[in-house]
Amino acid sequence: MSFVAHLINGVSLGSVYALIALGYTMVYGIAKMLNFAHGDVIMIGGYVVFVTVSGMGMNPLAAIIISMAVCTVLGVTIERVAYRPLRGASPLAVLITAIGVSYLLQNIALLVFGSDTKAFTNVVTMPNLELFEGQLIIKSVTIVTVIVSIIIMVGLTLFVKRTKIGRAMTAVSEDKGAAQLMGINVNGTIAVTFAIGSSLAAIAGVLLCSAYPSLTPYTGSMPGIKAFVAAVFGGIGSIPGAFIGGILLGVIENLSKAYISSQLSDAIVFSILIIVLLVKPTGLLGRKIQEKV
Amino acid sequence: MKAKAGKLSKTTKNDLITYGMVILTYIVVQILVSSGHVSSLIQGLLVPFCTYVIVAIALNLTVGILGELSLGHAGFMCVGAFASAVFSLAFKNTMPGGLRFFLALLIGAAAAAAVGFLVGIPVLRLRGDYLAIVTLAFGEIIKNIINALYLGVDSKGLHFTMKDALSLNMEEDGLMLIKGAQGVTGTPNDSNFTIGVVLILVTLFIVLNFIHSRTGRAVMSIRDNRIAAESVGINVTKYKLIAFTVSASLAGVAGVLYAHNLSTLNALPKNFGYNMSILILVFVVLGGIGNIRGSIIAAVLLTLLPEVLRGLSDYRMLIYAVVLIVMMIFNWSPNAVFFRKRLKQRLGIGGRKKEEA
Repeated sequence: MSFVAHLINGVSLGSVYALIALGYTMVYGIAKMLNFAHGDVIMIGGYVVFVTVSGMGMNPLAAIIISMAVCTVLGVTIERVAYRPLRGASPLAVLITAIGVSYLLQNIALLVFGSDTKAFTNVVTMPNLELFEGQLIIKSVTIVTVIVSIIIMVGLTLFVKRTKIGRAMTAVSEDKGAAQLMGINVNGTIAVTFAIGSSLAAIAGVLLCSAYPSLTPYTGSMPGIKAFVAAVFGGIGSIPGAFIGGILLGVIENLSKAYISSQLSDAIVFSILIIVLLVKPTGLLGRKIQEKV
Repeated sequence: MKAKAGKLSKTTKNDLITYGMVILTYIVVQILVSSGHVSSLIQGLLVPFCTYVIVAIALNLTVGILGELSLGHAGFMCVGAFASAVFSLAFKNTMPGGLRFFLALLIGAAAAAAVGFLVGIPVLRLRGDYLAIVTLAFGEIIKNIINALYLGVDSKGLHFTMKDALSLNMEEDGLMLIKGAQGVTGTPNDSNFTIGVVLILVTLFIVLNFIHSRTGRAVMSIRDNRIAAESVGINVTKYKLIAFTVSASLAGVAGVLYAHNLSTLNALPKNFGYNMSILILVFVVLGGIGNIRGSIIAAVLLTLLPEVLRGLSDYRMLIYAVVLIVMMIFNWSPNAVFFRKRLKQRLGIGGRKKEEA
């Protein structure tokens, strides 16, 4: 029974990774840049909920909506101020700027909230699910996380395939120049992508902090990096890929924590990245992109 | 021939200025130290200065010359530091200090180069941001493994385990080399400022000659246009791997210097973590990507400034982050590049157009 419990914990962690990886993969697929600051937007989302719920006693649902709004504005602002001026510059310059933004967010949080760990109150207040006469307990936050991430994954897939903005996103990710000639507002589309990615980050932040209730300025950076590993694992740019990659990564991390070594679990997760890149660089569901001169 | 010998080429002149700058700084610092003008706080920082300068030069080779971003140079430093510290500790009483440090240096550099090579093989075949994320992941793996590793030596040979000190099953006379999260303690203090400066000069010599060599030009051609380089028959993976391995081994040298300046060596997030890698990146970006001399100046200035301006220490990291973003946008944004060109023309600085007219 403990194996099943570890597996379920893994799926829970994995769905959080999946949510974060969805944001990564959207931005990577469309803007062709690795948004290093994504993990730190999650952290900011967590702090917003912490302040509004624990500090002002607000209703958790309202707090989540506020947090999503704050993160959306933050994401769009970051894109406008830091990334848009560098459109067309070398990928190296964009990547270093993204690292700078990530570092900036961490240090602002450090100055505003301090380095001490904040105890986050679980926003999911439903009772836990008990199976087999209490031998197996599934936490309610686990159930909510899994359901939310599935809904978002399906919703995003439909959004990209069926709506006009979604199709514009696909067009921009295929060829920016051609999309512009077709009358698509490229900058606007990329801004919308950042807005969606950042609001997902807010949800991921709340669920992450509900499952692992400690909040520091560095809370987001490690899950952020692991979610990127998940996105690469599933095939970067692919929405279902990010979801599958996230779940698999969470399960692998939890099982290796339980059965191999808790100290080495991070090392194992990162070794997976290296193995994936070695064996199948396009990931599980990724497409091979032919490079043109 | 005579004319050539009398007039140095522009690159040689530039290199000589860089060497001269380092030597001059060394002499000035030595004079200041002997006349008692340098506080003990700054004196304690002299070897770390050299460490940062070396690792900044090493990273600039990867970022500026190879055109790939590595976020794992702190990890390569870590490998070099631990490999050499273990060696020096094992031979603490059986070898004279100078020879021991020299061998430790070679071992640290070789270990970091080997790891750099291993990391580079899978990653350098890929394009884009993968190298950054894999080197970052690698840095974390190294830190994790070293924090879980126990290594000891006794009359029966080497023992190691990932569990705890007791499961090493050592003899009475055994010597603990790595004590898990407690790291390596009792490393002989073999490095000093003079050795540090000599190592900087050696690093400079290696890197500057590398850049001007045939290999270096091949590496730069890959950076500027990979497909064009490939089409003229340059083996992209090979040259990338060479540059990356050299860069990793130089970071290892910095690690050796770092390890032999401290009696206790731990793999903490502070010294070998992600933040350290970012700090090195800030040195490289502020000094100018691809500009070796700039890296040296930026590394020294940014290490010295926080010590001088203690009051700003809370805002130090924040300022670094802003510097990183502003420098990148100012130097690399297509609009900013255009604007600067226009401004130069308007002011007539370096404006060739005006002369022609």
